[in-house]
Amino acid sequence: MKIVVIKYNAGNITSVEFAFKRIGIDVIITDDPNEIITADKVIFPGVGEASSAMNYLKEHKIDKLIRDLKQPVLGICLGMQLMCEYSEEGETECLGIFNKKVKHFGSHEFKVPQIGWNNIFDLKSPLFRGIKEDSFVYFVHGYYAELGENTIATTDYILKYSSALQKDNFYGAQFHPEKSGDVGEQILKNFIDL
Amino acid sequence: MLCKRIIPCLDIKDGRTVKGVHFEHLRDAGDAIELAIRYCKEGADELVFLDITATNDKRKTLTELVTKIASNINIPFTVGGGVSSIEDVSALLKAGADKVSINTAAFKNPQLIADLAHRFGSQCIVVGIDVKFEDAEWHVYLNGGRIKTEKTALDWAKEAVALGAGEILLTSMDSDGTKDGFSNDITKLISENVNVPVIASGGAGTMKHFEEVFTLGKADAALAASVFHYNEIHINDLKKELKSKHIKVRL
Repeated sequence: MKIVVIKYNAGNITSVEFAFKRIGIDVIITDDPNEIITADKVIFPGVGEASSAMNYLKEHKIDKLIRDLKQPVLGICLGMQLMCEYSEEGETECLGIFNKKVKHFGSHEFKVPQIGWNNIFDLKSPLFRGIKEDSFVYFVHGYYAELGENTIATTDYILKYSSALQKDNFYGAQFHPEKSGDVGEQILKNFIDL
Repeated sequence: MLCKRIIPCLDIKDGRTVKGVHFEHLRDAGDAIELAIRYCKEGADELVFLDITATNDKRKTLTELVTKIASNINIPFTVGGGVSSIEDVSALLKAGADKVSINTAAFKNPQLIADLAHRFGSQCIVVGIDVKFEDAEWHVYLNGGRIKTEKTALDWAKEAVALGAGEILLTSMDSDGTKDGFSNDITKLISENVNVPVIASGGAGTMKHFEEVFTLGKADAALAASVFHYNEIHINDLKKELKSKHIKVRL
């Protein structure tokens, strides 16, 4: 099976690569359109800032490429946010796969970004096969996707928001499965088994 | 609800874990990777590795160690010690670290925090602050506690966060290695005055100390070394105890 991790200017891809290695899977890290199109599964990672990441994707024409993919695609963290319609971060028009907006948590008595382990609940997707309600996963984010019909997991921090989304072959996780212990490993395995 | 984090810290010297008292009198505490795997299994929420012998010629050894750690554990980990440039951070992240802790170099060149945050994102930039109470103030110390500065802990913490620090790793030199409890007063002061998580470090001796640093100290995470290295406190037992005191932890 050919698993491709899309290489672009956002974030640290190494931890995603290592996470797959730990479950016995070698990934190809590339921005070559042919490699991406011919993959069995595509990972769209990302840590960083939305507008500069989106600009990079547009300049390299990866934006349209991602939207047209037919195989299972998993966006992680910023990757998931970029798959939404719009992000308040840098007032960015995103890929529009999920018809939801990404908003800032705002300033509160709570610390922003949210950093650490929080629960996921209302799980509904093959992505969460074998995962118990209220399992803990690791989050690092200051922006969140609203709840909606694509929501397949919910988390509560300041308010309830979408911690995972799915539409057709597109999956997104706000948390970092590659850093979420055994639960995260199971989610990555589930994605590979889709 | 977001959990409070328990973070074992591994001070690394030539690939081994060591532990001192008041930053001195080091003794061996075991193989770094074996300990990392053990803590991961015991329920640690994150790990911190501090290279206390960091010199240029040893950087390569450190990045190799980071890669070995990254291939073996599935929770986030931070690496620090002698990090002073964009290149250092880039090499550590590429080797598999999730976050990097900077201390003296950030104090001497605060612009470094902004540059790193811009390049890699605030989420992976932890600013380490070593503090000591003297002349009625908490002062910032540099170079592993060897050099005193006139800046107060709170001023520096606020400045670091304004520049883009994603977390503050606050170590009380007065408490470090004493096992008399964390310095809850300075932890609380900083945690309530910055909008990023504060990791409290130095002084953990009993489970009660962890409870206090979360309730009195308002810490977001608690870091400790020897109580975990020498099996005085088992992480899973600690988390069960904290849960029984209504502190939200990952179990």
